[in-house]
Amino acid sequence: MESYILTLMIFFPLAGMVTIFCLPRQAADLVKWTALAFTLPAFFLGIWLYQSFDTTTADLQFVVNVPWIESFNIRYFVGVDGISISMVLLTAILCPICILASWNIERAQKGYFALFLLLDTAMTGVFCAMDFFLFFLFWELMLLPMYFLIGIWGGPRREYAAIKFFLFTMVGSALMLVCMLVFYFEAGAIEGIGYTFDLTQLPAVARHLQTEPILFGFSMPQILWVALFLNFAVKIPAFPFHTWLPDAHVEAPTAISVILAGVLLKMGAYGILRVNYPLLPEATFQFAPYMLAALGAWNIVYGAFCALAQCFTEPKDLKKLVAYSSISHMGYVMLGMASFTSQGINGAVLQMFNHGTITAMLFLLVGVIYDRAHHRRIDGFGGLASVMPIYTGIVGLAFFAAMGLPGLSAFISEILCLLGAWHLYKIPTLFGALTVILTASYLLWTIQQMFLGKPRDDYAEMHISEINTRELCMLVPLGAIVILLGIYPHAVLDLLDVSLQNLNEIVLAATQDTAVALR
Amino acid sequence: MDHPLLVSYLRWIVLFPLIGAIINGVFGAMLQKRFGKKAISVVACSVIGLAFIFALRAFFHLVSVEPEQRYLLDSVLRWIHIGSLQVDIAFAADPLSGIMILIVAGIGGLIHVYSIGYMRDDEAYWRFFAYLNLFSAAMLTLVLADNLLLMFVGWEGVGLCSYGLIGFWYKEHENTTAGNKAFIVNRIGDAGFTLGVFIIFWSLAESGHGTVIFRDLSHTIHYLEGQMIWGFPAATLAALCLFVGAAGKSAQIPLYVWLPDAMAGPTPVSALIHAATMVTAGVYMMARMHFLFSLSPVALGVVATVGALTALFAATIGLAQFDIKKVLAYSTVSQLGYMVLGIGVGAYGAAIFHLMTHAFFKACLFLGSGSVIHAMGDEQDMRKMGGLREKMPLTFWTFLISTFAIAGIPPLAGFFSKDEILWQTFSRGHQFLWLLGFAAAAMTAFYMFRQVFMVFSGKNRADEHTQEHLHESPPVMTYPLVVLALGAVFAGFLGVPIALGGSNIFEQWLEPVFAGGHAGPAVQHHIEATEYILMAASVGIAAAGIFLAYLMYYRRSVSPDIFTAVGGGVPYRAVFNKYYIDELYHATAVRGTLTLSWLSLNFDRYVIDFIVDGVANVTARVGWAVGRFDDWIIDGLVNALADVTFGIGNRLRQVQTGNLSIYLYVIVGAVAAAQFLPRIPVEVLLPVIMLFVALVVVIGIALWLSTGRIPWRLMFTKDGASQLR
Amino acid sequence: MDGLLLDIGLRHFLFVSLAVFVLGLYCVLTRKNAIGILLGIELILNSANINYIAFSHFSSGGYDGQIFAIFVIMLAAAEAVIGLAIVLGIYQNFSSIDIEAVDSLQG
Repeated sequence: MESYILTLMIFFPLAGMVTIFCLPRQAADLVKWTALAFTLPAFFLGIWLYQSFDTTTADLQFVVNVPWIESFNIRYFVGVDGISISMVLLTAILCPICILASWNIERAQKGYFALFLLLDTAMTGVFCAMDFFLFFLFWELMLLPMYFLIGIWGGPRREYAAIKFFLFTMVGSALMLVCMLVFYFEAGAIEGIGYTFDLTQLPAVARHLQTEPILFGFSMPQILWVALFLNFAVKIPAFPFHTWLPDAHVEAPTAISVILAGVLLKMGAYGILRVNYPLLPEATFQFAPYMLAALGAWNIVYGAFCALAQCFTEPKDLKKLVAYSSISHMGYVMLGMASFTSQGINGAVLQMFNHGTITAMLFLLVGVIYDRAHHRRIDGFGGLASVMPIYTGIVGLAFFAAMGLPGLSAFISEILCLLGAWHLYKIPTLFGALTVILTASYLLWTIQQMFLGKPRDDYAEMHISEINTRELCMLVPLGAIVILLGIYPHAVLDLLDVSLQNLNEIVLAATQDTAVALR
Repeated sequence: MDHPLLVSYLRWIVLFPLIGAIINGVFGAMLQKRFGKKAISVVACSVIGLAFIFALRAFFHLVSVEPEQRYLLDSVLRWIHIGSLQVDIAFAADPLSGIMILIVAGIGGLIHVYSIGYMRDDEAYWRFFAYLNLFSAAMLTLVLADNLLLMFVGWEGVGLCSYGLIGFWYKEHENTTAGNKAFIVNRIGDAGFTLGVFIIFWSLAESGHGTVIFRDLSHTIHYLEGQMIWGFPAATLAALCLFVGAAGKSAQIPLYVWLPDAMAGPTPVSALIHAATMVTAGVYMMARMHFLFSLSPVALGVVATVGALTALFAATIGLAQFDIKKVLAYSTVSQLGYMVLGIGVGAYGAAIFHLMTHAFFKACLFLGSGSVIHAMGDEQDMRKMGGLREKMPLTFWTFLISTFAIAGIPPLAGFFSKDEILWQTFSRGHQFLWLLGFAAAAMTAFYMFRQVFMVFSGKNRADEHTQEHLHESPPVMTYPLVVLALGAVFAGFLGVPIALGGSNIFEQWLEPVFAGGHAGPAVQHHIEATEYILMAASVGIAAAGIFLAYLMYYRRSVSPDIFTAVGGGVPYRAVFNKYYIDELYHATAVRGTLTLSWLSLNFDRYVIDFIVDGVANVTARVGWAVGRFDDWIIDGLVNALADVTFGIGNRLRQVQTGNLSIYLYVIVGAVAAAQFLPRIPVEVLLPVIMLFVALVVVIGIALWLSTGRIPWRLMFTKDGASQLR
Repeated sequence: MDGLLLDIGLRHFLFVSLAVFVLGLYCVLTRKNAIGILLGIELILNSANINYIAFSHFSSGGYDGQIFAIFVIMLAAAEAVIGLAIVLGIYQNFSSIDIEAVDSLQG
């Protein structure tokens, strides 16, 4: 049981998909309940995983490593360590919530929930896979349902958004595929290793790569690093590869936005930590100041400015504002992980988790109001606090959490990221720290325009009603996590610390070698 | 201090108000509906009362031990332990925070009681008290925190409550705008605060002493010496960053602009948050971090200068305001300037002393003004008041006492504390700053008495309806006023300077905290003559200010026009419009930010997306071209082959006439040919065939020339190709 | 009679047969009436019969040719039946037995 827990978590939703295929098309309610029933086990397994995870070791745990396609030495190799455990848990938490958030899907429920469960499988798979090929497979598998979920159940410009998302990601995937093959064939050329996709063995392979410049003065590891980074940067999304995100969010249905922001964006940062850091530590250290720290700071500032502009620039779309704020917040992750301090890197992964819960709340809240008013224009509301006090309270919690208010979870992670980053990158951190002003500006401005002031006259026509029990069921657990992690962040930090310290040391050890060599 | 006394009750000082906030915040609406407003106020006031009791317990615990041991520590929860950053949720009480918790819980409790009366008719009663409790919890966290990060939790927590309470009546756009302004301006300070923390932590980490815990910092802070960042001493940078934070919270130039606007909130809020407690957090923080500031004379100089300038600058604006609360707001800014000046000259004890006395008399003034506003039916313009002395005697007397206190008339509290700061400023060699503070003291006396006379003397200028309803406030509101006024009278005796025969108990009490790092030369007690002269001077100037106000607004023998007319009215208009600072900020910082954000979004839309869509378009065009190549060239060849085949077949099928006789002719002809052709010699047959082919070609060319069409297309494509496609 | 008979040799039979064949062929090629064509075919078959009998008589002296001729007569009868049936079918479909009109098999 113990070692197969991850396999169960990955494939339970897939079984759900098959089950849903067998259900009659008309039984929409049955389909919904089935979907929920097949995501909940993963959630409970996640709790069990959390409890039995050994926080004192950086090794992989719950490992299953069996041959899969033997002729290419592709293995079914899954496991979790401190880098991935929080992401697996995040996925397990968000998926049942997203099923609840999809309750009002009106069209082709069967297809929707089937695709959603496939997405669930793929996402969990990405975070568990320790074989590069398996990783790549799940990575690509995730695209397919995402494309259809946006492209079929999305808003008016859904095709544009879906294709933009798909193409952006595919370009990245192609680069990753090439890198993967480079590693594979390099491994084959080395005695004692042989052809392998095993991510735990590839670091040894990467050490054999030629370090002479081969293209525009870049060496092979550097080129691989950049190529892999580009793939992951699209997902993070890092400037200037971010423009798919606002479009995709604006068009996607609520639950898909939640998954996009809550889980998919994390895959970019996770991929860098999982692949770039251990495989190419030298290149990581060389590029981190520019590609991660500077770009991360730029992301923070730029995303915040773009989000601020949503407050006064047509179409004043609330969802777009939240989307841009996601870009801004993911910048903290990049900045933190670039720092190579234990505060920074722990902060980065914690920020991934916190951003997952907070942005999920934000998108769910946007969905709640959209379900009622059928629009999301910030200036189309006003005085909602009088009409929906409970909703306003939860929005307040989520917004202030997004602002990094101390006592709530994002504060811990943001302050750790910035604190860690200050050691190496003073100017980027300065910008990152100053951006809290902008963040406060756009969120407060939004609260003022939407919730404060006198209530509008047309709410009765719009059937604005207070948040209902189902919506509370989605939001309250997330809110509880946000508060809890603000007070006791070690609930997550303990899981991460050892593995991330280890990762840091790998990078720093490799750089000391070069530093010596350069002198 | 190396071995703090471990206790486990400090947490309750914070937790009780927090529990109250949770009860009132989450269940408040329900409680209020079911049990009435009384239930809410019972919860709110009892939790703050309990907090005060525990604060007293902590205070007396501190009193009961030796001065060197006065450090209580209550470590509650492991909070952030990452690498060398080891931070707990831990509360610490030393003499400084011991005083502060008494002020916060004590004055806060009085204001809670006052609010029962003031907010009686408000529907969102529960929300008000939830905020008030939450504020108390946050403020007590700020004060009791044993490290910079936990202090920051309280720091932003009070900002949050301030935001919520300024915009408490959220249906009015102006209130919420003021709330936003307060929060955002404070955020500027918060960014400075965090950067200061980073600098301190990492600069100390260089020497292996990275910490943000005050207790450890006071021992290790000297490692900052010699550290440089960007060519500046790390200590100076860190101190200045923290000062930016303090300037935001304590409303110093240039970040003071939010405080006057913050008066949009209910008056008890102005008293509690924007006079007595929250705004003094910056001063408290700097006093808490005094060992850092002491390392950097440059930073101290900046702090002192900013403080003195703020004191004077805000006082000048206060001269010309007509809103009863705005006058008090600018007066608060000005008084905070004194405290900051005190910090800046290294007189930390004096600054905290002034903080305490100011908390009493300013809270009393605000609550008094609230009582007036309440009676006047939410009218705040002093030009419409007057003559309230008879109608509201208790309010008048408490207000008057506090005004004397703030004006610095002995033996009231303000005299001792303000004079202590001014004296220390002078004696430590900052004569110019002393002059600024001295001038501000004169103005303070003037505008405060201008206010008293405008509000309480003469005839009432309000409309009749309001006049009929004029009444003294209920006891629940006036008793806190009396208590605070008593404080304004007697609090000063805690710090009677040695020159006046006192022993300055207050500074002795704080001695263990500030013993570590005194920057300037110690106070020279022997120059008593100068001290007496300065004291007399400041009392004199205050009396002069009061007298001028008396002449102008009580006797009305001097017209205020002598001020408004100076310099063609330009200085007056500038002062009246608060030097156009808000407009300036709006035109520069706000506009600039909005323009930048507009540019960013358009960069996103029109540059990045243009490139992305451009790449997509180019790809699509290339694809189209490739598609045409496929269609025209590759498919063209394939289709041509098909066309030819089809065309030939199409011609040949016409042989199949379906006419039996023609078939028979063909059969017969073919049999005949089969009989005869083999008998014709090849030499004859071949030329005949060639001749036939040549004939066909010639006829074809002739057809092409005459019709302009290629014969085979003519032949094949007419129906052939079109049918295929 | 003998002399007269003797004068008549194989060649004469062949000439008669040729004449009948040519007449039959001419009939088949020129007639537009389907029955006429059938008649022409009968003539052609009979010319073949003449050849069979003639060659049989003037060569081995056996009866092979006669047997074949009888076989052909039988075959002709069957063929006439089928042919007439086709003609009837054509008539039913086209209301004519003019083969010029029946060209629906053309390419």
